[in-house]
Amino acid sequence: MLIKLTGGTVYDPASGIDGQQQDIFIQDGRIVDAPTDGRPVDKEYDLRGKVVMSGAIDMHTHIGGGKGNIARTLLPEDHRADPVHRTQLTRSGTGHAMPSTYVAGYRYAEMGYTACFEPAVLPVNARQAHMEMGDTPIVDKGGYVMLGSDDFLLRMLTANKDQKAINDYVAWTLNAAKGIGIKVVNAGGINAFKFNQRKLDLDEQNSHYAVTPRQILQTLAKAVLELGITHPLHVHGCNLGVPGNVDTTLNTIQGVEGLPMHLTHIQFHSYGTEGDFKFSSGAAQIAEAINNNKNITADVGQILFGQTVTASGDNMRQHANHRFASPNKWVCMDIECDAGCGVVPFKYKDQNFVNALQWAIGLEIFLLVEDPWRIFLTTDHPNGAPFTSYPHLIRLLMDRSFRNDMLATIHPEAQKMTTLASIEREYTLNEIAIMTRAGAARIIGLKDRGALSAGNWADITVYTENADRQAMFSKPDYVFKDGELVVQNGEVVKVTWGTTHIVKPDYDLSIEKDLKPYFDKYLTMKLGNFKISDDEISEDGRGSLTAHPLRGVA
Amino acid sequence: MTEITEVPSPFCGIGTDDLAIHIDGVSLKVTANGCAVNSPAFELPIVDTAPRVAGQAVDLATAVAKAAELLRNTQQPVIGGCATDVNGMRALLALADKVGAVADTGNFNIARRNLLAMQDAGWMNTTLAEIKNRCDLLLIIGTVPEGFAPRFFERYLWTEDAMYLSDTSVREVIYLGKTPCGDASTSPSGKKAQALACADAELPDVVAVLSALIKKQPLQAQSVGGITVDDLQAVAEKLRTAKYSVVLWGAGTLAYDHAELTVQTICNIVKDINLQGTRCSGFPLGGKEGDQTANQVCGWTTGYPARVNFAKGYPEYDPFLYDSHTMLTNGEADALLWVQAFNANAKPPLTELPSIILGRSGMSFDKEPDVFIPVGTPGIDHAGHAYRLDNVVAIRLKKLRDSGLPSTAEVLHAIEQAL
Ligand SMILES: [Zn+2]
Repeated sequence: MLIKLTGGTVYDPASGIDGQQQDIFIQDGRIVDAPTDGRPVDKEYDLRGKVVMSGAIDMHTHIGGGKGNIARTLLPEDHRADPVHRTQLTRSGTGHAMPSTYVAGYRYAEMGYTACFEPAVLPVNARQAHMEMGDTPIVDKGGYVMLGSDDFLLRMLTANKDQKAINDYVAWTLNAAKGIGIKVVNAGGINAFKFNQRKLDLDEQNSHYAVTPRQILQTLAKAVLELGITHPLHVHGCNLGVPGNVDTTLNTIQGVEGLPMHLTHIQFHSYGTEGDFKFSSGAAQIAEAINNNKNITADVGQILFGQTVTASGDNMRQHANHRFASPNKWVCMDIECDAGCGVVPFKYKDQNFVNALQWAIGLEIFLLVEDPWRIFLTTDHPNGAPFTSYPHLIRLLMDRSFRNDMLATIHPEAQKMTTLASIEREYTLNEIAIMTRAGAARIIGLKDRGALSAGNWADITVYTENADRQAMFSKPDYVFKDGELVVQNGEVVKVTWGTTHIVKPDYDLSIEKDLKPYFDKYLTMKLGNFKISDDEISEDGRGSLTAHPLRGVA
Repeated sequence: MTEITEVPSPFCGIGTDDLAIHIDGVSLKVTANGCAVNSPAFELPIVDTAPRVAGQAVDLATAVAKAAELLRNTQQPVIGGCATDVNGMRALLALADKVGAVADTGNFNIARRNLLAMQDAGWMNTTLAEIKNRCDLLLIIGTVPEGFAPRFFERYLWTEDAMYLSDTSVREVIYLGKTPCGDASTSPSGKKAQALACADAELPDVVAVLSALIKKQPLQAQSVGGITVDDLQAVAEKLRTAKYSVVLWGAGTLAYDHAELTVQTICNIVKDINLQGTRCSGFPLGGKEGDQTANQVCGWTTGYPARVNFAKGYPEYDPFLYDSHTMLTNGEADALLWVQAFNANAKPPLTELPSIILGRSGMSFDKEPDVFIPVGTPGIDHAGHAYRLDNVVAIRLKKLRDSGLPSTAEVLHAIEQAL
């Protein structure tokens, strides 16, 4: 079937197209050149006056895995307020802070998103992450596999294993857990918490292993680079949420010595200690550091006001933050000599000084980082806010007067502590398309996604131009997934199943000679039973795997 | 005749995956690392393979059609048991969503003791590998782990090596409430577990006193439930001085009203120890034959644990109202579908309502159901996934033989299609 999208205003930053009127042709799921052989068009959509972008990509959203299910189980009251009815086409479920998987897939698609990446896949819990993502319809998915607090890596570092051995282990784990990138959460900190350390600075040693977070970050960043994994090491830094952590973050940027590194939910790591409340914005310093260090990318982790739940691998910091739990209940877990997790419900309030300033800090970072290819739109769903708040966030970025109206309503002391009112920048549609599409595909390493030139998969979102950007981005006219119309007027019209994006870096099989006895001796599972096989993803007839090329490989 | 090694078990709950099994046609024999739970469960012979309608053998299509007919015009069917693998539970929830049923896992009333505590205050828990490598003090409250899983101590405490203990026999084990059964809890060097026993009915008070001692609250009592406060004080001190203590409880044996309050007190003890500057973790022992699997899959599919009602077209969760047994007894249901793919000895609830049973081959009934469909056992007759009791690890179950028995998922999909 040949589909023609006629006359839309196209924003395709990957091809350098910034708001030009263009036709797009789709055949067999992919975008194709305009046919020259006179083939008839089977279906035409008149998109004159509409805005056309590729499908949006959320490069950091907690949609699958154990801690998400803990968050769901912990908060039945949050689900009760947002029941989702079954329809002829769609399954029932529940929404709000941590929606059921079906609802997450539908709602992402209904916002024009066509791919989501779970950033905290514990290797030992990777099956669950894939099973949950496997029950998330329409969107493509993938995960970043967590390392850095696992005892095997720390033992390797203590034993001064060479970088090649580390690389083999990293590649082995990535293959076994089926991820597309490597994530570090509070490097070594989750492990240190098991030894009763309650904080861990960048250069502080693990009390057992005598390894520092800086060492872990450098080693893993190097492994990612040397293995040719496109996505830079994905780093949830030390000291999340601690006033003064801006210095830690700046040190982290310097400490990685030019290696590619992605700093996630950087808003939570950009706090100073100035002012009457000893809590201030470090956004300007952070933005300057990002602007000056081209090896660094970041997503913001914007907070927005209201009830949500924070779910993180960082049980050290989550335990420290449990006193802010609202409602007052929380879960922390140590997990399998692999990692941990902490789940703490939060209610961000605009009349709370700290929350109000967190809100402003996130926006400052968005607006002060100059290169939209290196900063990404996230709320660290659900940690800063549920993903359903993205259209509101886009309006805050694109509409200065709206932003300043909102600013005028927050805690007055917070207003005094932010430069937000003086920042004139408004994001353009092209910049939004970069940070939510072209840039995201590039940083994750997705081949043939996030762009609208011929050869790409036809993941396409069509909006009606509207000065109210929140309204515009809430309800796309059309969403195509792999060339199929899945959403019309903001509602699912067809349920499809996206693929799971992975990379498969090579490694020396002899690493299993070290791993097998370690599994037998210390873990609770056989090595062979740990590795996820391809058929586990595909045997339900819906899932599939798409392996992306490594860097330096065509 | 073949032998398969490193076979994971869905039966014992602790994720044993080192079994060796001889396969001869459809008969299985555990040849290494069996136990009183796993060996009989694997070795159970296949008895019946033909579905039955009203007691008469029929083909699968006929049984499926009859099941669909029985469900078609119901107002409030209930789906109980829910003892199956991940794919089986996925299919079960899809069907429940379609017919507006209650989905209620068989042991929910036990799991509820934990869930109510968790949903009210949360907890700090750990998993099996952490116990194996770190635990230097195991406090067991109101249960006997070796009764639940015979290989618990062998696999997780008295191991040859542990990463952070030079000698695993230095681990200290204390039973509070129950006494050990046999020598499983005795360390390899011969050190017996300490036992501070009390009657079940006294356990809430005993745990409350321990909690007060942890909180350093003044106490008038000298003893509680036959246990001296001094002994409990010594337990409190040990929890404060251990490097990585684990407080284990088993909701299944806290068989009294409002046991969730005991669970919550236990969880608070763990939190308090952590707030006082020492690491300590809880460990809820329980969940086998698909209990955790049902709650996990229902968790991500609906947002709630596995006691939900789809009658209104969306999932509603109520840990009390949607008890399938009560609903059957009170006349609140109009059909029963019951799924038990693991345990041929389990019995469905007795009811006069139209009933459809998906059970393990060899299941016997006090009253023949309208439809009986023998299904394959996950991890024997087909591959699948099952959750271990600590909820983090999903094990990959293997297919061991070609029995021709359909999986739960296949049968439930077929029923859904036939509606
Ligand atoms: Zn995150």
